[in-house]
Amino acid sequence: MTAVADIQEQESWFHRNQQRIAPWLFLAPGLLFFMVYVIIPVFQSFNLSLYEWDGLGAAEYVGFRNYEDLYWEWVDRDAFYISLKNNLIWLLLYLLSIPAGLFIALFLNQTVRGIRLYKSLFFFPFVISQVVVGLVFTWFYDPTFGLLNEFLGFFGLGPLNVLGDERFVTYGIIFAGLWPQTAYCMILYLTGLNAVDPEQIEAGRLDGAKGWRMLWHIILPQLRPATFIAFVVTIIGALRSFDLISIMTQGGPFGSSRVLAYYMFEVALSEYGFRMGYGAAIAVILFLIMLCFIAYFLWSMYREEKGH
Amino acid sequence: MHSMFKRTAAALAASVALAAPVAAELTGELRIFLDTSNPAPRATMEAMIERFAAEHPGLEIETTVIDREAYKTQIRNFLTADTPDVATWYAANRMKPYVEAGLFEDVSDLWAEPEIAENLASTKGAMTIDGKQWGVPYTYYQWGVYYRKDIFDELGLTEPTTWEEELANCQKIVDSGRACYTIGTKFLWTAGGWFDYLNMRTNGFDFHQQLANGEVSWEDDRVKQTFANWKQLIDMGAFIDNHQTYSWQEALPFMVKGDATAYLMGNFAVAPLREAGLTDDQLDFYQFVAINPDVELAEDAPTDTFHIPANASNKEAAREFLRFVASANEQTEINNGANLGQLPVNAQSSVDDDKFLQQGFTMLSSNSPGGVAQFWDRDAPAEMAKVSMEGFQEFMVKPDNVDRILAKLERARQRIYDN
Repeated sequence: MTAVADIQEQESWFHRNQQRIAPWLFLAPGLLFFMVYVIIPVFQSFNLSLYEWDGLGAAEYVGFRNYEDLYWEWVDRDAFYISLKNNLIWLLLYLLSIPAGLFIALFLNQTVRGIRLYKSLFFFPFVISQVVVGLVFTWFYDPTFGLLNEFLGFFGLGPLNVLGDERFVTYGIIFAGLWPQTAYCMILYLTGLNAVDPEQIEAGRLDGAKGWRMLWHIILPQLRPATFIAFVVTIIGALRSFDLISIMTQGGPFGSSRVLAYYMFEVALSEYGFRMGYGAAIAVILFLIMLCFIAYFLWSMYREEKGH
Repeated sequence: MHSMFKRTAAALAASVALAAPVAAELTGELRIFLDTSNPAPRATMEAMIERFAAEHPGLEIETTVIDREAYKTQIRNFLTADTPDVATWYAANRMKPYVEAGLFEDVSDLWAEPEIAENLASTKGAMTIDGKQWGVPYTYYQWGVYYRKDIFDELGLTEPTTWEEELANCQKIVDSGRACYTIGTKFLWTAGGWFDYLNMRTNGFDFHQQLANGEVSWEDDRVKQTFANWKQLIDMGAFIDNHQTYSWQEALPFMVKGDATAYLMGNFAVAPLREAGLTDDQLDFYQFVAINPDVELAEDAPTDTFHIPANASNKEAAREFLRFVASANEQTEINNGANLGQLPVNAQSSVDDDKFLQQGFTMLSSNSPGGVAQFWDRDAPAEMAKVSMEGFQEFMVKPDNVDRILAKLERARQRIYDN
């Protein structure tokens, strides 16, 4: 008798709170993995950055020594300075893929015979692996046999060793990265353009808008969600530029194409790397930079939500 | 000697008594991790392990071959968890992090056995850290200048032995529209080979080791002299252009096509050069020339080794395997031309008839009185090797930056050896 009463009471408790509990139950697996693989490691790497550890022996607490070393590398215009500078160049120039993607999308947003084929051809570079993109561009830039120098020679220019010259190497890699990233932005805008309201265009046309004014005042405001997503993925892409650098130059020549992510890998995990704490310190700096963008994205999403 | 042998025998008897009733029979599982991932070395190692298995039918042997580059980072994981009983690695400072972390087994007892002590004496120094030995070598190979004999003949040049002859030869080669040396420094270590030779020839083996151990300043005048010698070659256009973009394999075609006449490389470069169509009439070898007549010649001869991880579970079988690998017969077999095509370490082994191996063997055994170095990135600590090789690469592209580069290396030295 009592047992039945108990069960009834339990059921009713769950019943009463079902509305509140259900979302958390559904969120639980995601939250758990997010904690284990994202949130906790963030704190762990901050903790690790205060130690000197070769990954094998005992870790030695060194306070902020790793950050101090980074500061001196900054002052000496050493590896850390170069990596940070290259990161900024990546962030700025990678954004070019947004307007480039927009214009290709506008160009392809028409109904002619075989447009599907052209669209998929333009999308193609995003489908192939970054490793392949890197290899293709490495051969393209090759100073002796590469297509680029054949082409420059046509105009009586060159030869240019893009990946062997510390002045050009970062731009060369970014250019290679823009190829697939532009395709990505293009797809985002193509879907966005499908959702553009034809009535508004019609209305704009009646008011005499065309060309640039039409694009700027009528089309672009309607593409805002697409632009926002393109911006987010491009920033993330720029900060993840690791694979292209690893394939094309390994950070060289003499370390001039490193970015923070690659530098971190090099000091902590590569063949000659044994400084886990130092790598963690670089990771923390990189995280702080990303945090600026994350905060901005969250803030603008919050504003968006409130607006509706 | 006698007492030592008795002690070893007693220890052996004790361990056998503990382990198994049948004295010679090894049982259980033996897990071997190899980094010999290229097809030929892989086949060699697998054949060798089969021969070992035939001698010890009671053992269950499991072999894992890991990609050579990936192995260098994976070793850090598998020495601590899921540890094999035997693993390949490299001699000298390259094993130091693992020795210091207590992850390699002390195998000094093996080195006390006459079979190993007498026949492998030449590499004992490279296997020793803190007065103990931590593994056994199975192969090594010479470094030196591989050159196009047909181009030398065409230009009327002979193998140089002094720095002056070297420079004079090179000038004639450059005048004929070729580069003297091909090199690809994209992965940095090839520049380390040049530094090894130039510094050992300018300042001698002992100085070179002091520099690798961080006991000498990089801004020392003797180091500057090494770089001044190097600059002579760079300024006359001895090296191919754009070498910073190429790997060592990508630098081979320059020599094959005759755009460059020589290559300072390890003996492993011979196989791809032959495959690319160069015959033994076109390809020859000479020892790197003397620069400073006051220092003895010393050579690079990187040694590959077998170790027992400290966490291994079947150390008795692992020790037997190391004895097997170190034996004269096995070393003759695995190093012959059909297999690794390198030099055996065991003094009782015989060297293959290949002309490069013969020359290399003669050079290392009779014309390297100064000593035998492992290679810059194995002799210097990993961090210093990385920073310095990056500096060498920059120097080869921009020789005028030498002071800035050396100042940077000196700063790195003070930080790295400090702790």
